[in-house]
Amino acid sequence: MLSMKITVNGQEKVFESSLSLENLIENLSQNKDHVIAELNGNIIKSSKWLSTAISDGDAIELVTFVGGG
Amino acid sequence: MQGNNSNHIIAQDHPLEIAGKKFTNRFLLGTGKFKNKQELADCIQSSGTQIVTVALRRIDLEQSGESILPYIPKDVIILTNTSGARNAQEAVRIARLAKESGCGNWVKIEVINDSKYLLPDNNETIKATEILASEGFVVLPYITPDLYAARALVKAGAATVMPLASLIGSNQGLKAKEFIKILIEEMDVPIIVDAGIGAPSQAAETMEMGADAVLVNTAVATSANPALAAKAFSLAIEAGRLAYISRLPKQKDIADASSPLTGFLFEIS
Repeated sequence: MLSMKITVNGQEKVFESSLSLENLIENLSQNKDHVIAELNGNIIKSSKWLSTAISDGDAIELVTFVGGG
Repeated sequence: MQGNNSNHIIAQDHPLEIAGKKFTNRFLLGTGKFKNKQELADCIQSSGTQIVTVALRRIDLEQSGESILPYIPKDVIILTNTSGARNAQEAVRIARLAKESGCGNWVKIEVINDSKYLLPDNNETIKATEILASEGFVVLPYITPDLYAARALVKAGAATVMPLASLIGSNQGLKAKEFIKILIEEMDVPIIVDAGIGAPSQAAETMEMGADAVLVNTAVATSANPALAAKAFSLAIEAGRLAYISRLPKQKDIADASSPLTGFLFEIS
């Protein structure tokens, strides 16, 4: 397949093969506990990560909890 | 009564109640600016806090970032703030993301447009409160103290109102005292004073005038010994609370002797 260009947390990423959201998170985040994912503005529950395919042009946000007042 | 019964005396206070949950500790701890997560865990323990605020941020793709949640005991309420939101819509988005994590539906709405003074935008906060309260969130809005805004927030479904004492992180103390007093007087929801409290004496003063709780972050996290500072704030908040419910007498302009003015040794009748 052709390479796929996506945006993760505002950064452009290129992948050479198809992947699921689960694969992507495992690939980019060393600890997926407490990660929350948004795909093109829609929250994706962690139970759906494996069945959610990433497509060319997708914008993904991966967030977690940090210290704050 | 003998002196070993202080638990009975303190039991005369009723717990702080927010959205049906009861809290005996009236100190809310912010979790930002700590040098490391263990220091935060120590502060949670030393202060006895039952509510902590956290923020939501993009994960760092370059290095392994660890969530702060493992350092927060399970029985402590996680109050996610919407920091970074510049309008109601962004605050709503952050709150919905936080809820997805499964650690509760408590949200501190914080909408800020101004980078110099970091003052909250009350109008956008009201809009976000309307949306999130209708979605079942427990909403604790952070505001610039203003009676009309507070009333609108309660009408919109806010569980509390959180007025700022002074600018975030400034340690200036209770600059907005007179305006917070009005909120304490007029509002039926708990008033949690947030931002700017830089010393336990300021926290005690806030509680003495009838605030229901105080939130502190910077003064604890950036002190030389955060666990001790957290304990000091917690004690001051409890002291201020007890002083408030004991209804201290008013200030007078002239002296009023503490010892009896009769029966002096040198009196000749």
